[in-house]
Amino acid sequence: MFAAARLPKRLPNVGRVPAVARTISTTPCRRSDALFVHRDTPYNNPKIPFQFSAENVKRADEIISHYPPQYKKAAVIPLLDLAQRQNKGWTSISVMNYVAKYLEMPPMRVYEVATFYTMFNREPIGENFVQVCTTTPCMLNGAYEILDTVCQHLGGIKPGETTKDGKFTVIEVECQGACSNAPMLVVGDDFYEDLTPSTTKKILDAFSKGEKPKPGPQSSRKTSENSAGLTALASEPYGPGVHCVEEFR
Amino acid sequence: MCAVTWDFCGLGRRGISATAPRQADITLTVDGKEVTVPQGSALIQACEAAGSPIPRFCYHDRLAIAGNCRMCLVEVERSPKPVASCAMPAMPGSKVWTNSPLVHEAREGVMEFLLSNHPLDCPICDQGGECDLQDQSMRYGADRTRFHEIVGKRAVEDKDLGPLVKTSMNRCIQCTRCIRFANEVAGVEELGSTGRGNDLQIGMYVEKTMNSELSGNVVDLCPVGALTSKPYAFHARPWELKHTESIDVMDALGSNIRVDSRGVQVMRVQPRTNDDVNEEWISDKTRYAYDGLRFQRLTTPLVKQGDRFVPAGWEDALIAVADGLKASGATGDEIQAVAGHFADTESLVALKDFVNRLGSDNLALDQVGGTAPPVANVDVRSNYLFNTTIPAVEDADVILLVGTNPRHEAAVLNSRIRKSWLHTGLEVGLVGERVDTAYGYEFLGTDAKALADFIAGKGEFAKKFQAAKKPLIIVGSAVGEHVDGAGVYNALAKFVEKNKKTLVTPEWNGFSVLQRVASRTAAYDIGFVPSKKASTTKPKFIYLLNADEVDPKSIPKDAFVVYQGHHGDLGAQLADVVLPGAAYTEKGTTWVNTEGRAQLGRAAVPPPGASREDWKIIRALSEVAGSPLPYDDVLTLRDRMWEISPSLVRYDITERTSTELALAGLKALAERTAGAKVTGATFQKPIANFYQTDPISRASVTMAQCTRSFVQGENYGFSEIGKGSEAAYA
Ligand code: SF4
Ligand code: FES
Ligand code: FES
Repeated sequence: MFAAARLPKRLPNVGRVPAVARTISTTPCRRSDALFVHRDTPYNNPKIPFQFSAENVKRADEIISHYPPQYKKAAVIPLLDLAQRQNKGWTSISVMNYVAKYLEMPPMRVYEVATFYTMFNREPIGENFVQVCTTTPCMLNGAYEILDTVCQHLGGIKPGETTKDGKFTVIEVECQGACSNAPMLVVGDDFYEDLTPSTTKKILDAFSKGEKPKPGPQSSRKTSENSAGLTALASEPYGPGVHCVEEFR
Repeated sequence: MCAVTWDFCGLGRRGISATAPRQADITLTVDGKEVTVPQGSALIQACEAAGSPIPRFCYHDRLAIAGNCRMCLVEVERSPKPVASCAMPAMPGSKVWTNSPLVHEAREGVMEFLLSNHPLDCPICDQGGECDLQDQSMRYGADRTRFHEIVGKRAVEDKDLGPLVKTSMNRCIQCTRCIRFANEVAGVEELGSTGRGNDLQIGMYVEKTMNSELSGNVVDLCPVGALTSKPYAFHARPWELKHTESIDVMDALGSNIRVDSRGVQVMRVQPRTNDDVNEEWISDKTRYAYDGLRFQRLTTPLVKQGDRFVPAGWEDALIAVADGLKASGATGDEIQAVAGHFADTESLVALKDFVNRLGSDNLALDQVGGTAPPVANVDVRSNYLFNTTIPAVEDADVILLVGTNPRHEAAVLNSRIRKSWLHTGLEVGLVGERVDTAYGYEFLGTDAKALADFIAGKGEFAKKFQAAKKPLIIVGSAVGEHVDGAGVYNALAKFVEKNKKTLVTPEWNGFSVLQRVASRTAAYDIGFVPSKKASTTKPKFIYLLNADEVDPKSIPKDAFVVYQGHHGDLGAQLADVVLPGAAYTEKGTTWVNTEGRAQLGRAAVPPPGASREDWKIIRALSEVAGSPLPYDDVLTLRDRMWEISPSLVRYDITERTSTELALAGLKALAERTAGAKVTGATFQKPIANFYQTDPISRASVTMAQCTRSFVQGENYGFSEIGKGSEAAYA
């Protein structure tokens, strides 16, 4: 941060002046898909009621019981998550207000949390929420190809959009921690890894038929083990006591 | 800069933190100078103490530490990076440099980042000339930009916080001072930060106004021009203004203010720091009612002829008063003087002397039941003062509020109670109308019976009160106006006497009366109250001094009425002769606040037109009426005040009533109110609309807008233009 400033202010007078000043850059501005103020719309306004289902009330109370009573508000993130799941995967203003009331905290404190964390969707999403990772390891393994495939296959939508039938929403996300199986995408709570354009299409097709394909690597390998076969720990693990003297076997 | 969820607790929920006990002092070296500061001080305070100023944006000594602007970086020995001095506790023996090349480079870097997204609109920014960012960029800013983004600077949409605070959020540097103020001090937990990173913005997420009586203070706190004053917008530049240090009269706290004027106009009112009174906050009425000083003013004497007021010269007007006095045939107690809310101490003394000279003791107060002797025995000062004193409110561990809503009657005092409620285990109980106080309280009931239950020791709260080390009872001024006033005072006086071990000790006086109008304490101090005999006399001549709350029905038809004041409000309408006086910004007079602290207000602008300083009018009138008062200048008048009570001219201090005297006063109070009946009528809050309580605020356009948007909840039509149909109503 300060490196540029540390360079000598006045450059030695040598015929050709090297370019030392660097421009600082900011992240490109995002367009209105992430507005950080709430606007009432027919589908999202505080008059639309929201309430935990009986089962979720039980869960919510269980979550709250993990925290000391005076720090009840610590449960805001799990409760928002719970409510978002109940509310078709998105956090409406009513959801936030309800959680605020549930935790007896000022609604603004909930809005702060909900706007800070990108996994709270403040706009409605499709039935299947497809999140394609495009961070470096995935990108190096062809994540953009996967992203393009997804977008094409879903009728030419762009990341951030929902298909007309409301079945899919696609977004680009940052690293999901499954880099060893790059490229990958997430649908709902499940990871689909080791993707190729064809397996990607298969997965999407299955979802659009209402099925749930098997999560995990879509290649032949198990979890994240070496695709070229094991190079270490290849033999059977020995049983207990193998190297012990007789008495201890 | 990341979004932080501020962990300030809302109503009913508090952290269990207590203020750290004061610990030993520590010594460290700043810029080669040794300083000693109390342990637990922030490094920035230590640097300050060593005389090395530290630039800052987010740090504010009355708010929680956020440490997010990074402007206060300093170099500390053996620390690999520069450290944020506001967020770093001062360590014994550490060596600090505040002026090294490393520090300069670091601050320059921070400044560059701040400026990279800050609009270059100083020429059209109201903060220009008093902007921290502008000032500090003079020292740490680069003279050219490295910002070549084709997408331009960050743009944030402006928020609509109501008729008082104007926003220009592009200028915001996310210091979060406003959020911390709103949450900690004002108690409106609706302001926060949404989004994160570069998108972080300050606002309420849903669109609504900032409904607090202290909201104007965020304008002062905002280090840049993101939050500015809406009524003052584009009216003046700071360097054009004349500053006059004065005293506020919108409530009885006597907040210290600075009146900024240009020519003959008051342009704005700003707070002055006084830790004993208002810290550095003032209420919105104090700050924004000044435009009322321009409207509805009485600028020339008026004499009623038939149904009309006819402008007259001073001489004619004074003669008309003298003639009216003669013609009314009023003698003795038939001459009544009424002291209103804005009557300054000098004119009260002059008026009392004048009326006394005419043989009358009929000195009424402009309040419900003001023509009768006050319920509380006002012979002893401690019976009507806020004995505990304002700063000591923070030491109380249990507070009982009786018939009062401090949030509206003394907004700045209320913030102290909230502060204490947030940071200590303070318990508050309330007898009276249920109100939103900005802190949690135990509601005991609405009437004198609930108080009787409390006194009888019934209920949880009564037990807490008994166990408290520094209990405090705050009695609202409205109690004295209530039918059960005498009964309540009687019960309280006995209760305090019984519990004198904790309530009245040499260190602590826990019986406090909270006055709500600026002139009342002074009126009691000089004995501006009617005698018993006078209160039963029907007045024939009535002199209204700034009295605008009088009930028109209480004025006999045939009485001759004189009104002296600065606004054509209710009082002037009742008058036969109107004498134009000066408003508080136009005269140098004494004001005694609810603690009994005399403070000197100063004239910032001249009174408009032919209006004159109030005591001079009375002095002139006394001459025309044939019994001239013996003072010709304000100094001799103050000598007279000293004669009446030295405390009136011992400025800026409070004088404790001794324990013995306070107890004697309570005893007298109990005797006087003995046998009073209690009807059980409910207490009503005396202030229904905080924004309009007196002639000045009633004449103020800004206060009218506040009333519409905050009290009536209407859309006040200030910045509606361009707002689509999607405006939220959450
Ligand atoms: S609006 Fe002003 S006070 Fe509030 S965070 Fe922005 S710069 Fe700070
Ligand atoms: S980079 Fe895609 S999961 Fe880590
Ligand atoms: S003043 Fe220290 S970080 Fe802002």
